[in-house]
Amino acid sequence: MIEQAFLLSILSALAALIGVYLYRVIRGPTVFDRVLGLNGISTKAILLLVVIGTVYNRVEMFVDLSTGYALLNLVAALAIAKYLEERGVVECQ
Amino acid sequence: MSMIAVGLILIGLFFLFVAAVGVVRLPDVYTRSHAVGLTDSLGAFFVLIGLGMYHGLSTNLIRIVVVLVLLYLLNPVITHATVRAALRAGLKPWVKERP
Repeated sequence: MIEQAFLLSILSALAALIGVYLYRVIRGPTVFDRVLGLNGISTKAILLLVVIGTVYNRVEMFVDLSTGYALLNLVAALAIAKYLEERGVVECQ
Repeated sequence: MSMIAVGLILIGLFFLFVAAVGVVRLPDVYTRSHAVGLTDSLGAFFVLIGLGMYHGLSTNLIRIVVVLVLLYLLNPVITHATVRAALRAGLKPWVKERP
């Protein structure tokens, strides 16, 4: 019972940290700030999925989900970085 | 639940909190990349190791270690690609104004 309460408090703390990163994604002065904020959000989402798997005792399924999420984030971030590097525009208010 | 796992998870949450403060408070892309790339990875390391110790010696521990290795391979690559794109796009690094 107390283990469930501890894991749920970890889940809420991670969700609050995602909200902090979302501030940077919305308010970021340049595009690169937004990309970095999305990278941090994806790291928090991976941790969140593993903790959810621990809560439901189904880690073997949720770990696969988090692996796929990490690979998807890698491809998306590299594509965005390459595109912005070719385009060469700094300010995007 | 062992107390070692609780302590490791709490240490990891501390580092994640420090990374969030850095992302909000630091002035530039190049300085914020330290918070996202380094401190965040350390916090994720402690949280995942704590969860693995919570599960004990089983196949779940191996799966969590696989996720951890993947995170440590991918997170620096993404940060480096973003910062290199910012540098090549011509973004000037932040300097403190001289009075």
